[in-house]
Amino acid sequence: MPFSLLKYGLNSDFPYEKHADLPAPSALKSHYDVVIIGGGGHGVATAYYLAKYHGITNVAVLEKGYLGGGNTARNTAVIRSNYLTPEGVKFYTESVKLFKELSNEFDFNIMYSQRGQLTLAHTDAAIRGFRQRVEINKHFGGQSELIDAQQIRELVPSLNMNPADMPVLAGLWHTDGATARHDAVAWGYAKGATSRGVELHQLTEVTDVEVRQGKVTAVQTNRGKISCGAVVQAVSGHSSILAAKAGFKLPITTYPLQAMVTLPVKPFLDPMVSSPSLHCYVQQTSRGELVFGGGSDPYPLYSTRSTMDLKEGLLANAVELFPAIAQMRLMRQWGGLTDMTSDYSPVMGLSPVDNYYLDAGWGTWGFKATPICGKTMAQLVADNGKVPALIKPFSMERFYRFAQVNEMGATAASH
Amino acid sequence: MKMINCPLNGLRNSSEFVYGGEVKDMPDHRSCSDREWAEYIFFHENAVAVVTEWWLHAPSSYWFIGERHTGRDEFLRTYDPSERFSTRVEFASSVVESEK
Repeated sequence: MPFSLLKYGLNSDFPYEKHADLPAPSALKSHYDVVIIGGGGHGVATAYYLAKYHGITNVAVLEKGYLGGGNTARNTAVIRSNYLTPEGVKFYTESVKLFKELSNEFDFNIMYSQRGQLTLAHTDAAIRGFRQRVEINKHFGGQSELIDAQQIRELVPSLNMNPADMPVLAGLWHTDGATARHDAVAWGYAKGATSRGVELHQLTEVTDVEVRQGKVTAVQTNRGKISCGAVVQAVSGHSSILAAKAGFKLPITTYPLQAMVTLPVKPFLDPMVSSPSLHCYVQQTSRGELVFGGGSDPYPLYSTRSTMDLKEGLLANAVELFPAIAQMRLMRQWGGLTDMTSDYSPVMGLSPVDNYYLDAGWGTWGFKATPICGKTMAQLVADNGKVPALIKPFSMERFYRFAQVNEMGATAASH
Repeated sequence: MKMINCPLNGLRNSSEFVYGGEVKDMPDHRSCSDREWAEYIFFHENAVAVVTEWWLHAPSSYWFIGERHTGRDEFLRTYDPSERFSTRVEFASSVVESEK
């Protein structure tokens, strides 16, 4: 709990702060040491760690819309580390550790709520996969265990144990599973970064990237040209489009991912429940709404429109899991863009252009990686391109070396 | 449901179709470098534009080519691959070649 909350708790006045969270917009300078493209969670987190831990404050975060208004606002805010590959588990376990301390670090409540995440196995093959994940998780410091049907019944009494005639045989119970307020994560980082001198420029779109002799020298924006020492691209959902401006292709295909939320009801569902076989995950937010998410759309698209057929398929399975919710009303629906890689791992680190660093390939696993991405990307920039060990396996070069990191645990619902 | 115009079967529900990737020139796998091959397999244009793609009508196992706008979710044209490929593409492996 952030200590400022305690102060508010003992105060009879409405808790407000004397200063606005973010400084007023300012003019663009002609040069920054580091330009971060993308003012979502990852971008502002990178700026925050650069300023706080590396003392690099001549930094501009350029955002074409508004702070945290892209895919940071469109995910379903699941935090977990129960992945399959050692590389993935190590990376996301660090992220969960940072998330747990984030409210204190910011002195700003990100509403971190550790509920645990339950993934259901309906087949023997799934149980075998879960066993492997449990062992790898435990080995690298994550909290996961395999539980049986009786334990699942006790944990989630409202769950139908035979959804769509696919009996629930066992579950992967991940006690580290959590959720947090995604806006608060973005704002917490942005506040921490700007108070240390970083400039956040919203409504500032990068229209071109200038590369001289294989090295990035400047970015062109709708507000003028900025020369820069280094660039970090953190624009997931549009990674390929920005990379094309810098002159290279990425191993990414962009698909929409749709999600939806019901009217709020009283709390009845504590853990987050997902079923890879039914392509569906369900969680109840702290406001009482049920959030549903599923697999990505069946074909690539740069549109965040919602479709009826995906909703029908997803909700039919959600109702199979929780028959009692059949009469609930949907309140909102939305779509985000997921930059899918063929091995379900991100693309991080060096790019073919010198001093141009990649934080891309965030398919359906981006929000949960926000803190560790910020930390490792900041370290990468501060060390002038020396790649931190934690993100070495996620380099773009892995595709040329046929050394993919096959992360089958990346998605709670299979794609 | 969204409808897609299959050159063989006419307008059908989009759920009957499977996306098959961008249409791109295949390098000669017997002479190209590993890097070129990796580029061909894993790296994509992934642009917001009218793109040319492979599509499969799954119930009839029929592959065709579609031109689609990836921002507007709209097919401009679909056609039989014979419009683009007039000769047979040979996939003979180098191992078989050397054994001859």
